[in-house]
Amino acid sequence: MVSIFKLDDLYRFFMRAYPVKSYSGTPPNAPLHKELNRCRVALITTAGLHLQKQPPYNDRIIGGDCSYREIPNTIETQVLALGHRSKAFDASGTESDINLVFPLDRFRELENGGKIGSLNDRHFSFMGSITKPKPLIKKTAPEVGQMLKADGVDVAFLTPV
Amino acid sequence: MCNQSVGLIQRAVEETGISTISITLDENITQRVKPPRVLSVPYRFGYPLGEPNNPELQHAIIAEALSLLEDKTPLPILKKSSV
Repeated sequence: MVSIFKLDDLYRFFMRAYPVKSYSGTPPNAPLHKELNRCRVALITTAGLHLQKQPPYNDRIIGGDCSYREIPNTIETQVLALGHRSKAFDASGTESDINLVFPLDRFRELENGGKIGSLNDRHFSFMGSITKPKPLIKKTAPEVGQMLKADGVDVAFLTPV
Repeated sequence: MCNQSVGLIQRAVEETGISTISITLDENITQRVKPPRVLSVPYRFGYPLGEPNNPELQHAIIAEALSLLEDKTPLPILKKSSV
């Protein structure tokens, strides 16, 4: 039996040869112009989270499912379902604590402690395992950006799985 | 591929004028996608915030990532976590 650590290494090795979308030059830059304790913050994850009442992600789409799910800020974190399963990672940690990939409880603590201004009313999850990301680049990621901008979000915190 | 997707989403969100920070578990991919500000953590896939049920460690990682918002180094910033 191959241990999860070996699988992790194998996946990293495989990914070195994978045709990842590459950019040159300077990335987009929106510097922060106010104190963090006055900022509105939103979380984004690619853990494939969804509410039980939302449709699960479709793992039969070739190239990956580039859709997203809106996660209300008021959600009890324990009820979120993890839609992303892969041989490349061990889901047992996330099953015992969703904050491992979607740290909403930690950000609530930062909000209560006055370290950040406020959490946005909604957060977003995408699916992982996207090998053909064109719809993500052209449509769904900009859509989420525009919605967060319209919400008055100052800072977005993103996590992979 | 999660680390590629995060970088691509991060670039798109930053394009709208929102300041973004992210965590990566695979620097090699992130160096190619070049999102603006990234904290690289030494954990295995599935564990971007380090350990389950360890709020102290999770807070330390989040604080280090948030500190990149004040980093004046030219973008892209890809910093190794010192937590």
